[in-house]
Amino acid sequence: MISQNFGDENRLGIVVSGSLTKGVEVKLDPGISVEDMVVGRYVTIEGEKRHFFGTITEVSLEAIDPKIAVAPPDISDPFIAEVIAGTTVYGKLRVLPHLTLGSDATSILEGPQPVKTVPAHFSVVKLASPRDVELVFGSEDERQFYIGTPLDMETKVCLDVKKFVERSNGVFGKSGTGKTFLTRLLLIGILQKQAAVSLVFDMHSEYGWEGQDERGHKVKGLKQLFQSRVAIFSLDEESSRRRRVNTDFIVKIGYDEIEPEDIELLRQTLNLTEASVQAIYQLAREFGERRWLERLLDLKDEEETKQLVSKLNIHESTYRNLRRGMENLRRFPFLVPQAPDNSVRRILEYLDRGINVILEFGRYEDYAAYILVANLLTRRIHTRYREKMERAMGEDLARPRPLVITIEEAHRFLNPELSAQTIFGLIAREMRKYNVTLLVIDQRPSAIDEEVISQLGTKITCLLDNERDIDNVLTGVPGKSELKVVLSKLETKQQALIFGHAVPMPVVIKTREYGSAESYREFVSPRLADRGQRLETDDLWG
Amino acid sequence: MTWGNVETLVKIGEVIEASGSQFVAQCYKLHQPPPLGSLVKTKEGSIEIYGVVFNAETHSLEPGRRPIARGSEEPGGEDVFQANPQLAKLLTTDFGALVVGYREGGELCHYLPPRPACIHSFVYLCPLEEVEDFSHSLDFLPLLVETNLPMPVDEVIAACFRYFSQAHADRRTFLVKAGKELALLLGGELKRLNSILRKLK
Ligand SMILES: Nc1ncnc2c1ncn2[C@@H]1O[C@H](COP(=O)(O)OP(=O)(O)O)[C@@H](O)[C@H]1O
Ligand SMILES: [Mg+2]
Repeated sequence: MISQNFGDENRLGIVVSGSLTKGVEVKLDPGISVEDMVVGRYVTIEGEKRHFFGTITEVSLEAIDPKIAVAPPDISDPFIAEVIAGTTVYGKLRVLPHLTLGSDATSILEGPQPVKTVPAHFSVVKLASPRDVELVFGSEDERQFYIGTPLDMETKVCLDVKKFVERSNGVFGKSGTGKTFLTRLLLIGILQKQAAVSLVFDMHSEYGWEGQDERGHKVKGLKQLFQSRVAIFSLDEESSRRRRVNTDFIVKIGYDEIEPEDIELLRQTLNLTEASVQAIYQLAREFGERRWLERLLDLKDEEETKQLVSKLNIHESTYRNLRRGMENLRRFPFLVPQAPDNSVRRILEYLDRGINVILEFGRYEDYAAYILVANLLTRRIHTRYREKMERAMGEDLARPRPLVITIEEAHRFLNPELSAQTIFGLIAREMRKYNVTLLVIDQRPSAIDEEVISQLGTKITCLLDNERDIDNVLTGVPGKSELKVVLSKLETKQQALIFGHAVPMPVVIKTREYGSAESYREFVSPRLADRGQRLETDDLWG
Repeated sequence: MTWGNVETLVKIGEVIEASGSQFVAQCYKLHQPPPLGSLVKTKEGSIEIYGVVFNAETHSLEPGRRPIARGSEEPGGEDVFQANPQLAKLLTTDFGALVVGYREGGELCHYLPPRPACIHSFVYLCPLEEVEDFSHSLDFLPLLVETNLPMPVDEVIAACFRYFSQAHADRRTFLVKAGKELALLLGGELKRLNSILRKLK
């Protein structure tokens, strides 16, 4: 009834219908303009017995009579327009409830719980207040890292970083939407809360030392902010030197370290035929896993080649295809017949000391280099982690520090053809069995194996506009069709939808600012103002 | 504030016909009925019954005896009555009111009273303060919207809104609120809604 008192300025309307799976429909109060309603905003619903917390997933215009479209009222008259708004025509929202909070003592202690029912008819719907948001997303503390703010709100949305690193995670979004900036934040969060140690395969050399924003302004990398806790490894000494990067180690990889499996993953990238790949395994059997590449590249004279080819019964064209592919690897100066030092061991030493390792690729921003190196190193590091973990369990020793491995262009490793073979597919699937998880970054999630995507614990996705990408990212997520709308309506930059393991419910954020002097200060010495302070639940919903 | 202190109000007429939902009153003064849409009240024992004026009529007191035109020789209209003083005694002005609520023991109700008004009860025109008090709630609106009258009820509704709005300091806010109530009641009857709203300026 109009004559009711709408004294509460946060009130939006009342629940008129709905279901658990599709969300509830909310009729907007007459004074509320649909134009002020934004998909992704938080609302609370005051049910009879419990409060609900949810997001707006759809805004629509309704009329009590469809004839109104044929004979529209005279809205050029402001008086008539005002009368009509909210009565004859009205706005409607669809709200997807995500969490509930009961009002009895036990439910208050338990905190917000997943929804199992819907609010009663005519329950009042309000914009969530900052305190509601804080109750749900917590405030910064030893585990919670401030990752952004909800739309149109000043409060903080926090990510439970300790939970985050328990599973493999993904950062998605079109090019230029803020994946790299977000990932920097996540890496800082992991570092700051000491939840894990990171190994970053930094294809574009933008995490370690410094990066750029769109306007070409420099932004600091992790090492500039956390000198003693970040080490920069480089594949390209010259480039690092030119950029005045303070490198800790120059990575060289010996031919003897490259196994047939490492090349198999490069099949597409190096244009190798299936027969060539088979030939590699034959060569490895012939010369041994550690010698085959060197021997192959050393074959100089025709005679020697002919002999080998006929001995192994390799077709002439296969040999040429293989040889061409392998010659391609020669252009990488970081590949040497014999490496002076063991990069894997060095990386592990740093990681063991709790120092985060960022491997810059310098000028070798090339998929062949990236896939080869990331796979090769990760395979060995994973093996070592597995050994340590098994020993730790058997002998009751301390477990190795949780390790998060960050890879970009993840679909190159995790597409449906490769994901079953690569180490990355394995890590994504085995969860955190050996304390190793992934942070995958990708702009084309549809190219990633669906099974891998569904294993990711927390997904953070910036704007995606390709239907298939959106579908894949949301595989198996409750409320998928609603989140789809939310996802496609994100701003083109610095906004993201987070859902999964490390947040209590899906949340759209404006990503925390990265790049101002103020932001750096906060990263290095966070003010945990409300550390340890627990809010009175009564107050929050009161 | 107390309303209904009838001693201080001037009576304008007397009930001559009454049913549960309407009453008809005869005016004490010829040709001076309360305005269309205004709020009047009458008493039934301890109950004060409120009505909205929906019609007024001046006619001959004796049924079957029709007035005849007499003014052809007179320069002005008044003069017909001056020249024929007996005429005023032969004619009378009645008005009809739709019952829209009642007050009993200080409590205001926006629905029909338990009994109709008594014949010969006095009828008073409510002062604007009382109109304002009465129209804080518009719950009586269905009584107007759903009635069957021998005249266009939408005119009555529009007149009532205009009249009541004068009692409110913020006239427009009242009209918007009343308009919205009406829009809800009329549902899909857009044409009707539109035409009433246009009469609310
Ligand atoms: N959290 C943020 N703080 C400041 N600027 C940001 C943030 N997120 C995105 N931007 C802006 O958006 C641009 C694109 O972000 P970037 O992370 O490079 O996109 P992507 O990696 O998805 O291609 C950046 O250059 C920067 O100007
Ligand atoms: Mg990027």
